[in-house]
Amino acid sequence: MSLIEVVLGGVITGGLYALIAIGFNLQYGVARIFNLAYGEFLMAAAFAAFWMFTLGEIDPILGLALSVPVNFGANWLVYRVLMLPLVRRARTRDDLEGDTILATFGLLFLLKGAAQLAFTPDNRFYNYLNVPMQIIGFTFAANRVLAFSVACAVGLAIWLFLTRTRFGAAMRALAIDPTGARLVGVDATAMSALAFAGGGALVAVAGTLVSTFLTFNPAIGVEFTMKALVVVMMGGVGNMVGSLVAGVLLGVAESLCSYFIDSGLTLAVAYFLFLIVLLVRPRGLFGTP
Amino acid sequence: MRASLAVTALAVLVAALAAVPWLVSDYGLGFITNLMCYVVLTVAWALFSGTTRYVSLATAAFFGLGAYTVAMLIKEVPIYATFGAALVLGTLVAALVGLATLRISGMFFVIFGFGLSELARELLVWWEINRTHTMGRYVFVSFDTTMIYEHLLGLAVLVFLVGWLLRRTRLGVALLVIGDDETMARQAGVNVPLAKVTMFVVSSVFMTIVGAVMAPRFGYLTPNIAFNPMISFQVVIMALLGGMQRLWGPLLGVIPLIVLSELLQIRFPFWYSVFLGLVFMVIVYFLPRGVTGLVEDGWELLRRLSLRARLLRRQPSGAR
Repeated sequence: MSLIEVVLGGVITGGLYALIAIGFNLQYGVARIFNLAYGEFLMAAAFAAFWMFTLGEIDPILGLALSVPVNFGANWLVYRVLMLPLVRRARTRDDLEGDTILATFGLLFLLKGAAQLAFTPDNRFYNYLNVPMQIIGFTFAANRVLAFSVACAVGLAIWLFLTRTRFGAAMRALAIDPTGARLVGVDATAMSALAFAGGGALVAVAGTLVSTFLTFNPAIGVEFTMKALVVVMMGGVGNMVGSLVAGVLLGVAESLCSYFIDSGLTLAVAYFLFLIVLLVRPRGLFGTP
Repeated sequence: MRASLAVTALAVLVAALAAVPWLVSDYGLGFITNLMCYVVLTVAWALFSGTTRYVSLATAAFFGLGAYTVAMLIKEVPIYATFGAALVLGTLVAALVGLATLRISGMFFVIFGFGLSELARELLVWWEINRTHTMGRYVFVSFDTTMIYEHLLGLAVLVFLVGWLLRRTRLGVALLVIGDDETMARQAGVNVPLAKVTMFVVSSVFMTIVGAVMAPRFGYLTPNIAFNPMISFQVVIMALLGGMQRLWGPLLGVIPLIVLSELLQIRFPFWYSVFLGLVFMVIVYFLPRGVTGLVEDGWELLRRLSLRARLLRRQPSGAR
């Protein structure tokens, strides 16, 4: 395997990380909910894709038509029912962060335990487009290339939504200045619920894509939540382009690490990058210090 | 007079607890050792997180650090020397983590703690496989469960003492102000980063030593056993369930959850996870001040009722 192939492989993984991080950023940057159960929804979507494929022989990409609206609705409900009371009672942003961390922690355990009870803790895998594919002289697995393309398409759609629509403008305003946004007539509650649910929809796409090329089990959620956190912090809270760049950066760094050192150290790489950003640019790569 | 009475009562209590190993079965001893381990961890956690309100998820990392230090050194040096090494390492790592993450904002700290034990586990697995070519280490020493229990009891006394003293020092007041409003603390001239890092180190060192003392109890340790993230989560939930306004508050959370984990964790681990999740949510939505808050409210209600009853009795009905 040549170095270029390693880097390109990293970019492909990184595209997926970017997608996961953008969803998290919608929830944390716009709706101000620090959702530690984020990865659990990714896990749920992965299982949905798995069962649809193995039981009903439904193509995972077609299955998105079902899992995306379901996850959108579920996350909308989580915001309205579980998070809104906390938003209403919080005096400061710190209060809200403390409360939401604990509440979503509870949700994490609840969902993980329920999935383990329902699906057993076994590792799952299915064969979907697991064939080599030639692109400009380099070989990649077709399912990874598909995952990358879908991630790009969804990312582009989100970017257009955020920059070209009134809803998108309202969300960006909320991310930058919640008080100011309210003053100019943004319905903060409705927009936050929408952004939170949108994050849930993105992670459903990501979970489906992950399931096509990775082995998964009910406990994988935390790992993805952690990576999403690291990427969002690197790219800057509320900054979607930042998440994109940081996500690709993380993918490439991981890929280089497993090529040169050891594939068991990918989390260490994420943490190492995070530490550097933390010490050098605490507001993220693109934040103003 | 009242103070000396309280000290005597506490001394009797500690002596009674110290005698427990000779009064209970082996199973009972194992149970109460586990309980004491979590008492120290939870009170140590509350020392830092209860005052500053920074949710620390790094407990497992420090526990594992202590346990694995002992496991790696036990063949070369006597056991108390390994405890000493754990103490030094714990201090260094806590100071580094604290300096890197606590300077800036609470969020970075939470995230960093969240993954610190995973990071340590990953690095250690890699190191053991590639450099030392071992996976798992035996800790065979003449340090039986009774000894472990007595050491943990000593640590418990120490951690309560530190907590009690803290409430009477400038550092303790400074931390409480930080917990209330960090900007105000800075305005009032508190050296915020120094206070936070100091307390984080104290709290983490306790956790490291608990891990070190518990190492012989496992007998056989792998990075996966030593750095079990469940430890962090359980400690947070125990402290919050108990409530942290009082020094003894966490106890009210440790006891019920240890009993439950004893009943559920081995045979129904997934139900235990679901149950932990539910407890977390109950705390956030219904018991923000923990069981201590409930007890205090109940006590206040009783006091008021008895006061009213006494007032009514004192006023003869004809005088109205």
